[in-house]
Amino acid sequence: MSEKILSRTSGREAEAGDIVDARVDIAMSHDNAVLVSKVFKEIGVEKVWDKEKIVILFDHRVPANTVETAKGHKKVREFVKAQGIKNFYNIRVGVCHQVLSELGHVRPGELIVGTDSHTTTHGAFGTFSTGIGVSDMAAVWATGNLWLRVPETIKMTVEGGFPEKVMSKDLILHIIGEVKSDGANYKAVEFSGPTIDEMSIASRMTITNMSMEMGAKAALIAPDEKTLEYIKKRSKREFHPVSSDTDAEYECEYVFDVIDLEPQVACPHSVDNVKVIDEVEGITIDQAVLGSCTNGRLEDLEVAAKILDGKRISIDVRMIVIPSSWEVYLEAMNLGILKTFIEAGAIIVNAGCGPCLGAHEGILAAGERCIASTNRNFQGRMGDTKSEVYLASPATVASSALMGEITDPRG
Amino acid sequence: MNSGKIRGKVWKYGDNVNTDVIFPGRYLHLVDPREMAKHAMEHLDPNFVKNMKKGDVIVAGRNFGCGSSREQAAICLKYAGISAIVAESFARIFYRNAINSGLPILVCSVLPDKVEQGQILEIDFEAGEIYTGKEKIRVPGLPEHIMQIIKDGGIIPHIRKQRG
Repeated sequence: MSEKILSRTSGREAEAGDIVDARVDIAMSHDNAVLVSKVFKEIGVEKVWDKEKIVILFDHRVPANTVETAKGHKKVREFVKAQGIKNFYNIRVGVCHQVLSELGHVRPGELIVGTDSHTTTHGAFGTFSTGIGVSDMAAVWATGNLWLRVPETIKMTVEGGFPEKVMSKDLILHIIGEVKSDGANYKAVEFSGPTIDEMSIASRMTITNMSMEMGAKAALIAPDEKTLEYIKKRSKREFHPVSSDTDAEYECEYVFDVIDLEPQVACPHSVDNVKVIDEVEGITIDQAVLGSCTNGRLEDLEVAAKILDGKRISIDVRMIVIPSSWEVYLEAMNLGILKTFIEAGAIIVNAGCGPCLGAHEGILAAGERCIASTNRNFQGRMGDTKSEVYLASPATVASSALMGEITDPRG
Repeated sequence: MNSGKIRGKVWKYGDNVNTDVIFPGRYLHLVDPREMAKHAMEHLDPNFVKNMKKGDVIVAGRNFGCGSSREQAAICLKYAGISAIVAESFARIFYRNAINSGLPILVCSVLPDKVEQGQILEIDFEAGEIYTGKEKIRVPGLPEHIMQIIKDGGIIPHIRKQRG
């Protein structure tokens, strides 16, 4: 799929290993648009290449948490106005990797770049989506193009039905634990198989989002009826989905069967330090975070709410619920899910990245432990360097908040 | 870097040095690279900034720069005075960011085992050689156009130079 998308966008037949000059379909930035615009101005080009293909929104520190952040946001607003950038959403929408598809900017077969490593998320819709730095993005804003090396592809086939309370997050954590944090470095990963077919869009997004944590350049799932139904509701533009040929060449193949998969937990301080739940059960926690571009969707909130319904979380735990977009927030509100969380003793914060990257809304002190549905647990990521973050599925996070210690959601 | 040669003290680290420890999330609002430099490696090595000298070299294991795409990780190291990073392997976004920031990087799988923290290292980029004081190690050099981007100080000065 990567070869097909990069061939189309570069106007030439490209294979793994080739370097292409690719035309970008969508370029996304968040709070770091302030740095992109700074670099862009240094290039000396007056106008961005296409004011309809750039998407900018704030999610990492929203609403502005310090004067410095507020200054940065203000500069971006001024830039957006001066350039006439159409798709600017301010603080109003939620986490970038959730809203990009909600707002109709993701279409199968397209090339998406973002100044955020978890841009790989949108490969769940059959796009080639990859993260880049601010200088590369400034070059895209100026020219509309980016040079890319076409990656080799690793095929991952998934079979079997998930056991009760085991989620796609457990699957991808297990995979990362197996292949390690550089196991897919520079590669595209294609996920397929009956388990992937059965998965909801939300669960697929968790897989492609977390693929970044094994070093993947892109993570792709071929579009199917589910994908097309989702996309067509939100984007009126024509698009050209691609899928891999049956005789496509892969660098290597993995097959995973989830039938006996148990809940997984990534332990401090690396995402590939993955253990099966029974190895970490009983570890006390101080904070539980449910949210993020990885697991902040309605499906995730529903799973957690079902576990917490009518119950109260441990008195010693601070549970922070962060719906990943205002669309999710509203739906959760209408379904009574937010009420369930509040009555259970959790707090709900605004849609955004919150404590995931250590910015605000739930920072940890030395000696504190958090179990989170987020995507990274590097040392000091969520606060003091002497704090610890364990990564898990929404089901495991909710069960753990209930008991005050890491708990198997299966009981 | 003008002559293509550098000489500096080694700061040695292991595998998977991620961009969160190189440049913590709480500083992502900073826009001045000299301010960014003050927090380089803060979550991995609190001694780094106060003890390092301009021209020092980082030698690391696998997957250096993994994690977040924050270009500040490359920028803060460059402005702190790091003259090169030699690692067994680099994460892809950091690799591009380092080049774009004008920070020389080299892949060398054998070097970490041959150097100690604090020793002096010499690198000749043009010749593709690293001198540890005991032996010369040949490394594949960077392609010429990438070396030129680095010599020009990064992608933006390079583009501006090309535009004339």
